[in-house]
Amino acid sequence: MQSNAALEYDYSLAKKFTFLTILFGFLGMLIGTIIAAQMAFPELNYLLGEYGTFSRLRPLHTNTVVFGFTVSAIFATWFYIGQRVLKVSMAESKFLMVVGNIQFWLYFVGALIATVSLLLGISSGKEYAQYEWWVDLVVVVIWVLWGVGMMGLIGIRREKALYISVWYYLACFLGIAMLYLFNNMSIPTYFATEGLGAITHSVSMYSGTNDALVQWWYGHNAVAFGFTVPIVGMIYYFLPKESGQAIYSYKLSLLSFWGLMFVYLWAGSHHLLWSTVPDWMQTMGSAFSVVLILPSWGSAINMLLTMKGEWNQLTDNPLIKFMVLASTFYMLSTIEGPIQAIKSVNAIAHFTDWIPGHVHDGVLGWVTFMIMASLFHMAPRMFKREIYSRKMMETQFWLQTTAVVLYFTSMWIAGITQGMMWRAVDEYGNLMYSFIDTVNVLHPYYTIRALAGVMYLIGFIMFAYNMYKTMTSAKEITEEPQFRTPMA
Amino acid sequence: MFFHWLEKNPFFFASGISIVIAFAGLIEIVPNFAKAARPVVDLKPRTVLELAGKNVYIKDNCMSCHSQLIRPFKSETDRYGDYSLSGEYAFDRPFLWGSKRTGPDLHRVGNYRTTDWHENHMLNPAEIVPGSIMPAYKHQFTNLADIETAYAEAVTVKNAFHTPYGPEFKRTRAAWEAHRPKVLADAKAIADDMKNKDVKEAVANGQVPEIVALIAYLNSLK
Repeated sequence: MQSNAALEYDYSLAKKFTFLTILFGFLGMLIGTIIAAQMAFPELNYLLGEYGTFSRLRPLHTNTVVFGFTVSAIFATWFYIGQRVLKVSMAESKFLMVVGNIQFWLYFVGALIATVSLLLGISSGKEYAQYEWWVDLVVVVIWVLWGVGMMGLIGIRREKALYISVWYYLACFLGIAMLYLFNNMSIPTYFATEGLGAITHSVSMYSGTNDALVQWWYGHNAVAFGFTVPIVGMIYYFLPKESGQAIYSYKLSLLSFWGLMFVYLWAGSHHLLWSTVPDWMQTMGSAFSVVLILPSWGSAINMLLTMKGEWNQLTDNPLIKFMVLASTFYMLSTIEGPIQAIKSVNAIAHFTDWIPGHVHDGVLGWVTFMIMASLFHMAPRMFKREIYSRKMMETQFWLQTTAVVLYFTSMWIAGITQGMMWRAVDEYGNLMYSFIDTVNVLHPYYTIRALAGVMYLIGFIMFAYNMYKTMTSAKEITEEPQFRTPMA
Repeated sequence: MFFHWLEKNPFFFASGISIVIAFAGLIEIVPNFAKAARPVVDLKPRTVLELAGKNVYIKDNCMSCHSQLIRPFKSETDRYGDYSLSGEYAFDRPFLWGSKRTGPDLHRVGNYRTTDWHENHMLNPAEIVPGSIMPAYKHQFTNLADIETAYAEAVTVKNAFHTPYGPEFKRTRAAWEAHRPKVLADAKAIADDMKNKDVKEAVANGQVPEIVALIAYLNSLK
């Protein structure tokens, strides 16, 4: 029998993962800013010898942001949202608490090992999947633990129907599991011989074009199931909660969820346009990328329409501002991606700085904004204190918004300039520029990008400080706020 | 309604998600695997020294700035050489196409750069190419390449995927010891074209600095 008394939720795991989200967010963005600066000022490569070169730091940046920052945030929000929408407290099951804690500590230790391995240059060579087989094993165990925890919580739920956010977390779990396993298949060479060479080394199960196909099926969809699906899950919970408005349309959420599930994985091959994969596959990737606008915009429009008639909240509540801007950047990024996936545009855009530009308006504008808003919303409810400073939040918002705009505009210009210069020919049909000409011309844009990185990082430090003060010294609250997050 | 029912049955919901997302992978990936990439005529697997060099290339993550994929555009074939064919990559595990060109493409760099050029370039890129933003890779002159691991890799791909390495490639330590002089001879051939005294000395002493292996690999990209 369901009682009407409010459940006492157990936030210990949500809190722990919140700390990690902030820690890895800071590290990932710091390294990102460093490598952005290195492209403008190459002298910065020699600060740490071999370990400080752009090439070693670049995978460290992407992996810290993906597997450190975003995955921590996915866990943190899951351990918060999961209990609430399933109407069951983690504390009710000792088993789930133990599994969750093992997941946390293994994840923390695993992250440190993974970081060191990348700094040492131990890499399987695939983008966003650089971890060698033994780190992969740890990742798989962590993921399975999360799955067990999630299924377990769903198993003992009181709320019969799964709320939309749970669909997305489930899809995140299943999607990443499938992608990660298949892409990282490899044979450890030490065990395939009589113990020859390094035990850390392995060789991919796939070769050449097949390897590329599997890798970008993974690479693109790691974005789908890491940077899109769980973040949409977050906004489906936190926006209605924060604004007090019901989701605009259930049908639209249904349509965009299943649409996203079906369409996303086709699009991976748009990373391989004009490569040696078969033509029909390139066309398929290109076409489905354009179709992908529908489910993406479906969710985003559903979010924006949720605010219908309530736009005044935008002026009084900075958290709504974060979420609405996140949706807007999601729309921008999901129209930009399909444009880049059109074959003729891709001929210019591929291999240029426009691609990192696209990734970052998505990750900085959409993912990080939504994650920060989520943690801000969770903090007063987990720590029973109001947000330390609203003013700081406002300043952070404008600083980071400006930073994202500087980032993507400079990279758009840089990328298109590069693409046009590479193909420019004079009246006799000879190439007009040597490669180095196309590098030199980009210096101002790289400088602007580095500046944007610094601004965004400062914003994130403000966020971290605001969170820290909220946990430790902000005004205590006795009752849980129903909707709007209280802030000083 | 079907979807309402699904939302109350997590097992079927999860199964539904799995089926829907697996669909695209099956249709797009399986056919290519079934055909498998056929190597172009005369394609040889890389020597152990070249494989060791490829692993240095991966270790220092050269592919974050350099592609190895020449697209079928006139501007690219003019700049880098013939466009790339699928069969050329048949033995590449992993593929190293890259996704961003901060530096030029390297798929056929062996055709137009020499050992001497690479040596100087890795020591000080900006001196060879004024304006270059590539970091120097001085540590490659002192770090030693892991040729034993490269040999283990060659044996593994031979046994697992029938990559055509000769019968002398066996999984035993004795076979590796027998093969080592061949690797050192290859390394000496590269080092002979280099100027760095320490590198020459190391090779003479039976060691293989990373730079030697890396240059062997870059020279093999044709």
